[in-house]
Amino acid sequence: MSEPNSSLTSNQLPAAGGDPGSLRSQALGDRAAPASTEPILFTRALTRHFGGLVAVSDVSLTLHVGEIHVVIGPNGAGKSTLTNLLSGDLPPTSGEVMFEGRNIAGCASDEISRRGIGRSYQKTNIFLPFTVFENCRLAAQSRRPHALRIFHRAERYTEINRKAEAAMAAAGLGHRADRVAATLSHGEQRQLEIAMCLATEPRVLLFDEPLAGMGPHESQRMVELIQQLSANHAIMLIEHDMDAVFALAHRLTVMVNGEVLESGTPEEVRSSPAVQLAYLGGEELLHE
Amino acid sequence: MKPSRLASYLPFVVVGLAALFPLLDNVYYMQLLTRVLIMAIFAMSLDLLVGYTGLVSFGHAAYFGLAGYALALMGPKYEAVSLWWSLPAAIGVCALFALITGTLVLRTRGIYFIMVTLAFAQMLFFVFHDTKLGGGSDGIYIYVKPEMLLGDFKVLDLENRDHFYWLALILAAGVYFFLRRVLGSNIGRALLGIKVNEHRMRALGFPVFRYQLASFTLSGGLAGLAGYLAAVQYGFVNPEILSWHQSGAVLMMVILGGMGTLYGPVIGAFAFVMLREVLSNQAWFGSWAGHWQLAMGSIIMLVALYMPRGLAGLFVKPVVTEAEEEAEDE
Repeated sequence: MSEPNSSLTSNQLPAAGGDPGSLRSQALGDRAAPASTEPILFTRALTRHFGGLVAVSDVSLTLHVGEIHVVIGPNGAGKSTLTNLLSGDLPPTSGEVMFEGRNIAGCASDEISRRGIGRSYQKTNIFLPFTVFENCRLAAQSRRPHALRIFHRAERYTEINRKAEAAMAAAGLGHRADRVAATLSHGEQRQLEIAMCLATEPRVLLFDEPLAGMGPHESQRMVELIQQLSANHAIMLIEHDMDAVFALAHRLTVMVNGEVLESGTPEEVRSSPAVQLAYLGGEELLHE
Repeated sequence: MKPSRLASYLPFVVVGLAALFPLLDNVYYMQLLTRVLIMAIFAMSLDLLVGYTGLVSFGHAAYFGLAGYALALMGPKYEAVSLWWSLPAAIGVCALFALITGTLVLRTRGIYFIMVTLAFAQMLFFVFHDTKLGGGSDGIYIYVKPEMLLGDFKVLDLENRDHFYWLALILAAGVYFFLRRVLGSNIGRALLGIKVNEHRMRALGFPVFRYQLASFTLSGGLAGLAGYLAAVQYGFVNPEILSWHQSGAVLMMVILGGMGTLYGPVIGAFAFVMLREVLSNQAWFGSWAGHWQLAMGSIIMLVALYMPRGLAGLFVKPVVTEAEEEAEDE
């Protein structure tokens, strides 16, 4: 079930820290979309109803390795539901999710995870009584379950330990390895959420508001991490922080009432009259 | 660190001392201790589900009782059955039954899981109670207890009380060390993860259902081991061995001792069997002795209220509480 050719190996994981440059300068930096021609994941007419409510309606979007696809929209626009449809937390009512040439719509979330799509949650979803290391170790274990080696002590798989440590370091939690997750600050728990996602070595990353509740310094580091990860991952990012959105987005999709209002490069979206009217009331984006 | 290292030797010391007990030549207490050991195996098997996988089963007596019936029905009536094949066969029957019921009950959670496991146990109860298969409500006698032969040499004769006690001790210790090892392996960590946050485990790519089913099957098999020994000790089986009272009693042992540890259920089984013995002692409590369940219920309630970690919580502080305290300090 584990993928031998996974793109995220420990020595490819970007190191934590680095020069904290301003978000704005990065936004103006090299923006040539490095996307390969073949999308790793795309949806066709993806739709999800909750009773009479249409949470996600006829959404088509593509993810490429090397590209950060940011989805924005007001609360209730269906962004999180869309993430849940891609990760298998929810089955779609109709439509297709094509991942590496196969329709994975309706697959269970554990199978989708094993195929190589990892996600983080908007509401922190970690193992609170476990240490930071054990949280990441469990995540790494999922790729090498060894479930039948019932007499081999779990902490003695060097490969799994190495992956867990690399993921912790990448998310900037290397110094917190032995802390119990419940005792971490809110921002650190968010980082752990990302570290666990990385430890499963996905090729597609779905980040649901990774910056929510983070301080400025932590946000800065997370933005850098996501940028580094985009080199060899396809990333879908849901975010409200407009500085981060424009710092990161190669492709921007605006959702309103479950539908895609506009999709394109950040410049195209910014200049779209429909977006300015319907979503931003002609305000925020123009100020950029 | 030092007390914990000391504690790691404690199980060996306890087993060593317990092995010497037959030297005291006290038949009454040895039978009582044998019963404690059997119930300890039963309680540990349930704790694997309740304390380590997060599944509260209220029908665990089904697997316990089924093994007893398996022994009674499989063996020849007036000859000793060989332990070599009858014990693994009884465990296998229970594990298989757990595998089949597990695929169904594991589709439910929480209160529904409790109810569905109870329902399966009650079904089995009435199968044996209302049909001639297992002698109806009268049950079946096991006239001759099993024996273990090596060539012509009788290694174990379970008619011999000392032999039976030692067998129960070896098996209880074996189950303890076996489960300790299994729970320290990858599958054990995964089960704990499922107990703490099933949803996240699934998102990490763990096939949660398969892990739970493995745990359920192993738990059923070990309950069968306990049930086999119980049937040998009583010398008969009747539907009471699979009644919901039995499921309740073993759940109380786990709660009393402290779930989520392996020694907790052992302590709980010891406390439960001994308390029952004391509370139903007519010499001490006169006519109240007949109502021992009233006193037992009150004690369990007090433990649940004031010692949520059970008797085991007196000795070791669980990780979660430590974490919460640390969080408060900051």
